[in-house]
Amino acid sequence: MMKKKGKSYLINFALVAVLFVVLQVLISSGVINRYYNGILMLVGINVILAVSLNLATGFLGQLVLGHAGFMAVGAYTAALFTLNSSLPEGLALVVGMVLGGLVAAVFSAVIGIPALRLRGDYIAILTLGFGEIIRVLLNSLEFTGGAKGLNGIPAYTTFPSVFIVAALTVYIIYAFINSRHGRAVIAIREDEIAAESAGIHTTYYKMLAFILSAFFAGVAGALYANYIGVLAPAKFDFNYSVEILLMVVMGGMGSITGSIVAAVVLTFLPELLRGFSDYRMLIYSAILIAIMLFKPTGLLGQQEFSLAGLAKRGKRWFAKRKKGKEGA
Amino acid sequence: MNVLSQIINGLHIGSIYALVALGYSMVYGIIKLINFAHGEIIMVGAYAVYVMLVLVGTPLWIAVLVSLLFCACMGMLIERVAYRRLRNKNAPRISLLITAIGVSIFLQNLAQTIFSSSGKSFPNVMPQGSIRLGDAEISALTLITLATAAVLMIGLQLLVSKTKMGKAMRAVSEDAGAAKLMGINTNVTITWTFAIGSALASIAALLYSSAYPLVTPYMGSTLGLKAFIAAVLGGIGSVPGAMLGGFLLGIAETLAKGYISSVVADAIVFGILILVLLIRPAGLLGRNVKEKV
Repeated sequence: MMKKKGKSYLINFALVAVLFVVLQVLISSGVINRYYNGILMLVGINVILAVSLNLATGFLGQLVLGHAGFMAVGAYTAALFTLNSSLPEGLALVVGMVLGGLVAAVFSAVIGIPALRLRGDYIAILTLGFGEIIRVLLNSLEFTGGAKGLNGIPAYTTFPSVFIVAALTVYIIYAFINSRHGRAVIAIREDEIAAESAGIHTTYYKMLAFILSAFFAGVAGALYANYIGVLAPAKFDFNYSVEILLMVVMGGMGSITGSIVAAVVLTFLPELLRGFSDYRMLIYSAILIAIMLFKPTGLLGQQEFSLAGLAKRGKRWFAKRKKGKEGA
Repeated sequence: MNVLSQIINGLHIGSIYALVALGYSMVYGIIKLINFAHGEIIMVGAYAVYVMLVLVGTPLWIAVLVSLLFCACMGMLIERVAYRRLRNKNAPRISLLITAIGVSIFLQNLAQTIFSSSGKSFPNVMPQGSIRLGDAEISALTLITLATAAVLMIGLQLLVSKTKMGKAMRAVSEDAGAAKLMGINTNVTITWTFAIGSALASIAALLYSSAYPLVTPYMGSTLGLKAFIAAVLGGIGSVPGAMLGGFLLGIAETLAKGYISSVVADAIVFGILILVLLIRPAGLLGRNVKEKV
């Protein structure tokens, strides 16, 4: 069992490394131009956002409507740090990301403590309110630059840094879900009362998953701030939170690979369909409703796409065919 | 502005919150769903009155009637199309919530596509003038708002406690399965709940737009959020609770706006929700319900 797991980890690691090298070569040779390089970085940031939201919404089963708010907190923290620090480039970005993540985690704890102690959907309304309030505050506070926002943030984020952080995020969340803690979180989603009577400290695990999710949103915000160079509160509106939610729902609530695929598709799609930009949210919301009505767990459901799984399925298919031939 | 007139202003906006909060509260009481689309019903109601008054040019009472019926039908339609299927399939709660938020965004963007995102100015239809009460001046609009809200809430309380329909509503919210076994048509009862809640929202829309005469596609979202907070503050599922919560929240908000700043006022309203959840999650007038296994 252990060996099999190790092998599948190794294959995935090798694949991710190959993907990285291929993209990096394409970028440095100029096949992927600056514009697409930028989109690739956005894809990476959105992957972090979608996978981390999936932890709270897909695996824990709590609807979070303010993921962009946590991202904003992380982005502003990192931007203020990198604007005022004299650390070398790489170190400043890392410290900025950690700080951004931590501040977002603190905010999520303040929201999580009142809401997650209780059963019910209070976290949805609290995060919705948080997303709005944080924007109003960023608009009016002086040190965040008001409605104009911050600009001249050093562009420390590069494609390798986004890629590595995204891969690391996916790995950490995957490992979390497959650990003892992750099983507790999934048990709470399936039946909170049953989980509690089985001895799971429900509030603790709900908080853990929610804070971890917000932490990575903050990290994504830090990467975003140091990529785009200017921050305005208007960017982190409710629609952005919904876009991230749509990535999770399309990919399947409880499927990490699904979130990754959906994040890639939903980042590229608007670039290709610029003519429809006025109707984007209209289309997104219609898709959201339709998916929920016809496949309430999201398109991929809780299935993961994996090479090891594919190989297993292929083997089974061959075995079946062989059996069928022998039988005939 | 003295304290008394601030409080009167607070009661004015508070009674509008209360009317909207009733819709949230009734729906939450009966199917345990935060109906995010309820805020958008207000927006739909405001546009309906605007269209009838300005574009069609009907008298006020026809416009109000049309808006009332339109909103009620809209509420029923949303329940029928978006929620019933999931409810009957026993889908996880989060799917229902996501559908609700989806409907809310859909309506917002539909309104934006039809009416453009710039606001429409709402015609002035309410009688002018005011009366003096000591130091404070009460406008006719405030009096009309308070009176309308009071009448509607007393009417609703009577409906819920005295009529057969109200009895059915209380039964379904207590235990939908048992209510069904007793011969109550739960689907019809739930549909009526949505219709009544949405009709109240359309009246709230008229009163709100008369006080703040700008109709935008997004007007429903903050109003809805605050009304939901009012419902939680008063005790979700309780009619007098929604009333009390609405008044308290309205007063708190106007005082904060008047004496601190309007940015802080929004944060304070939000802080109230956090405090209520920390100290008394069932709300001021709510009952503590034990979880059944």
